[in-house]
Amino acid sequence: MKLAELRNKLGYQGLLLGGAALLTSVALALASRATEADIHAAEEADLKQSLTQVLPGSYDNDLLKDIVTLPGKEGDVLVYRARRAGKVAAVVYRVIGHGYSGAIVCVMGVSREGKILGVRVIKHAETPGLGDKIETAKSDWIHSFEGKWLGDPAAEKWAVKKDGGVFDQFAGATITPRGVVKAVKGGLEFFEENRTRLLDASAPEGAK
Amino acid sequence: MNEKYAHITREGLWNNNVVFAQMLALCPTLAVTSSATNGLGMGLATTAVLLMSNIIVSSVRQLVSAEVRIPVYIVLIATLVTLVDMSLNAWAHELYKVLGLFIALIVVNCAILGRAEAFASKNTVFDSALDGLMMGLGFTLSLVMIGGVREIFGSGTLFANAHLLLGSSFAFLETTIVPQYRGFLLMILPPGGFMVVGFLLAAKRVMDQRRAARVEMAVAAEAAAS
Repeated sequence: MKLAELRNKLGYQGLLLGGAALLTSVALALASRATEADIHAAEEADLKQSLTQVLPGSYDNDLLKDIVTLPGKEGDVLVYRARRAGKVAAVVYRVIGHGYSGAIVCVMGVSREGKILGVRVIKHAETPGLGDKIETAKSDWIHSFEGKWLGDPAAEKWAVKKDGGVFDQFAGATITPRGVVKAVKGGLEFFEENRTRLLDASAPEGAK
Repeated sequence: MNEKYAHITREGLWNNNVVFAQMLALCPTLAVTSSATNGLGMGLATTAVLLMSNIIVSSVRQLVSAEVRIPVYIVLIATLVTLVDMSLNAWAHELYKVLGLFIALIVVNCAILGRAEAFASKNTVFDSALDGLMMGLGFTLSLVMIGGVREIFGSGTLFANAHLLLGSSFAFLETTIVPQYRGFLLMILPPGGFMVVGFLLAAKRVMDQRRAARVEMAVAAEAAAS
């Protein structure tokens, strides 16, 4: 058996390892090229969908192309702007809250007047069955932010009920909603601080 | 010949079950079985990879030297998982959003390397494919059982969110076992996973022992009669 003899040679084994590595790398490189465009398109569609969830009503520009980057408390914030007839009607950006087990990533939409249009949690690792009531699939809680702004409720009432605020907590989970409320409040403060720049319609579309 | 296939099938589904007999792949098992649907998703994704890896490994088994087989198998399996990951992400994005987490976890599933090493490297392509399929189905079955028990005790439902995984035509699977259930958090957290695996393992052992005892009694009775 010739192959059996060959298999014991050091050179054959080295070549075999090299060959396997080469073949698999080529396969991965080809697959990566074949899937890259589709993955990018799918991820953009995802992003767009998560943005439009918190943007009721119509707008007439491409959200993903009208971006301003502003410094926030936790690093730069990417703000997507929705326009109606050239005027910035609403802005959407991410805020990050700190929950029971790590970051809770939310997107929030804020109208020109500074009122919340909607908030959605897009990523979290909170306890299933307790903290995950922040998802729309599990409860309506996240809708309680809609229409709120920094004057309603008053600043000291922007908290869960346990802390003297107006927002419900969940039985067995206070830390999670507390984190989300704090993040949303921080998001509104960010809007107030940067109001003029966010609503400045003259900023060229597509400028990063 | 049929005897052999029946043997492979029995081994994969029951006697040599990945979770309850080989005690392999416990990390992904404990991590994802907080519900029956999650268990099913992980099981099906693993079955697909296991089937493909067994086929590939057994078809190159003559070429691979014993001394370097492990790195060759690992690079093959890792490539396979990455390919599945990329193509699902590109062409079945909705499914990917549900299964994405599980696919990355398959790489750390030692059951796949275990089958490549213990079976596919020594058997024909067809036998290895059958072995991969049966081992995968046995794994799926175990995960659905563990997930089901944890879900019933933990949140009072069964197959919740199945429509996200299987499409809306499978929404009928979603059952609420205990309405207005307040939830039993321990079962959903990792300790519950360990407990359920332990109890199910004990139950399987008892069943196997009873069956062995019955066989022994029958053999003894036959010997006495003759």
